[in-house]
Amino acid sequence: MADSGKERFLPHITSAFQRILSGGWIYLLFVGLFGILLLIGIGAGIHALFIAGSRHAYATSREIPVAILIATYVFFVVASTGLCLVSSLGHVFGLENFLPLAKRCVYLAIITILSGFLVIGLEIENPFRMAIYNVMSPNFSSNIWWMGTLYGFAVVFLTIEFILLFNEAHHHKAVIAGFLGVITEVAANSNLGGVFAMMHGRPYWYGPYFPVYFILSALITGCAFILFFFFLAHKAVNKKPFMETTQTALKAVSKLTLLLMAVMMIFTAWKVLTTSVGSPAAATALSVLTDGPYSFNFWTIEILVGMVIPFILILASRCRNLTVMFIAAVMMIFSLFFTRLDMVVVGQIVPQYFELGVVEYPKLHAYSPSVHEILVVLGGISFCLLAFLLGEKVFSGFADSPQTDIRKEETKDVAGAEELT
Amino acid sequence: MTDETNHKHFSEYPLDAERRAFLKIGLKITGVLAGGSILSLVSTINKAYSLDLFREKYPYKPHYAMVLRQDRCIDCEKCMKACIETNHVPDYGWRTRILKRELPAALDQKWEFIPILCNQCNNPPCVRTCPTTATYKDKTNGIVQMNNKKCIGCKSCIMACPYDARYYNEEKGAIDKCDFCFESRLSKGITIPACVEACPSDVRIFGDLSDPSSRVFQLVHQLQRPVWVLRQEIGAKPNIFYMKG
Repeated sequence: MADSGKERFLPHITSAFQRILSGGWIYLLFVGLFGILLLIGIGAGIHALFIAGSRHAYATSREIPVAILIATYVFFVVASTGLCLVSSLGHVFGLENFLPLAKRCVYLAIITILSGFLVIGLEIENPFRMAIYNVMSPNFSSNIWWMGTLYGFAVVFLTIEFILLFNEAHHHKAVIAGFLGVITEVAANSNLGGVFAMMHGRPYWYGPYFPVYFILSALITGCAFILFFFFLAHKAVNKKPFMETTQTALKAVSKLTLLLMAVMMIFTAWKVLTTSVGSPAAATALSVLTDGPYSFNFWTIEILVGMVIPFILILASRCRNLTVMFIAAVMMIFSLFFTRLDMVVVGQIVPQYFELGVVEYPKLHAYSPSVHEILVVLGGISFCLLAFLLGEKVFSGFADSPQTDIRKEETKDVAGAEELT
Repeated sequence: MTDETNHKHFSEYPLDAERRAFLKIGLKITGVLAGGSILSLVSTINKAYSLDLFREKYPYKPHYAMVLRQDRCIDCEKCMKACIETNHVPDYGWRTRILKRELPAALDQKWEFIPILCNQCNNPPCVRTCPTTATYKDKTNGIVQMNNKKCIGCKSCIMACPYDARYYNEEKGAIDKCDFCFESRLSKGITIPACVEACPSDVRIFGDLSDPSSRVFQLVHQLQRPVWVLRQEIGAKPNIFYMKG
């Protein structure tokens, strides 16, 4: 049995390994770099949690108990939901244009969730207890419980879907797994918003805004990740020209991005306007963003780099120039990371007793990440990029996607049919 | 491949059947999302009390509460020292402390001292957010307590607490907070927390809010002097009451 398994899988493993080695020295250099950064990140996290103590190694405190690591987790899992949602438009809901995205998107959705899990695993003080008591002692009124559990299920469904996508005979099952994946991802994402939205002790977060915002933001993040990774995969890693169907898909994605960004701008404007006249604590938190220490982050990185310039770039490229769209995606992803960080930190930046006017809390809290935290974040990002690079070679650039093949055949058929008519 | 199939795949507009199928899926997703959201709210329903209900009826027996007669506090910090000794609070944390407010325009004393501690809320945001029920509202006495072995250290309860009453205790490997000295004193038959015993000016009055003969009941229910809670607008229904005089 073991021998037959060995015989069955060994050639695949050997050839995948050879494909990785044949990637060229620049490819291998990046693989090595991300591998090292990943190991350093894991080492920094383990050192912080189990040797130095998070109180010493991380810059979080009683006042700001969660910060850049949770922001990174949010960044990745929201991206995963977005990737899953956008790709499901094709292979679950049947929108033809999005079909060629399926395999790589599902793979990216899996590795982004795992990147998030890696970072949060190095943030939570007792990750081993989590594995036990999440199951043994669940709190059904906790959004964190729902969020974690649903994302856990999402990984399982997406992995099953990914495996099934490789075999056209199981296409129907892949659609079912994909459907379950989408539902769990969206519910998990919404609950992630709920983690913040249900905190009535934090007026900046409290309210129905964030669960809805997170789904919208997930879609935008998903689009940006697709434009970014598809471009890199084709131009840098596999050095293959885009197939026409993939180009059509990416153009559809960029159109979707424009629409979603327009909605996001309206969302953001109304969040700013409504909060500015709301409770003093929420308004104070907002002023940190609009007119305080985080105003550069907000106006320059979130609004200008994250929304206005990419919107203009994509619009100017008429959703045709993939290089311009890639540049827009890079700006959006960079900005989205800071958007998550700002959201997490600003929500906690007003001291709970600020309005009492006591000498213990004369000013707002401050946070800047520690070296350990930055290393863990880089480790998480490196895991994502490393898994992407390896995935491109192991799965041969996802080129043999059954959907893509079918689409090609059907395109031929249509061309033939059109000629006939 | 037939023309019909081609048409199905490449018609610019979806067929009615496809459209219906798509809408059905949309409805299913909405249903699942709405269901999940409602489900995650179910268990909060029993915990939520309207303000009026809370005023008239106390859900625990004994319903432990504390009244802080703020103007009597002299900032001697004996309560804090007693708390630290009794509950082995490390130097980087606190379960109770005294905030100071300067009042330059005041005619008499220029300083006001405001003792703070866990408000043992009736609608505790920390309990709702804890994924593993490591922190819970005691069904008998209403004290918000910790089951340390279940604490995963996600710190969401620290984020959720409107009263800054929680911190991560390295030695315990769990969140630590005021439990009205339940573990160290009340459960051993001592009737009052250490801070109450240590206070030389009778600032802190502890007792059963559901017992009309208790001092806390009488102070909370008298009408001559105003009684308030901190951050009432949050809606956590705290059990720490403040008054002067």
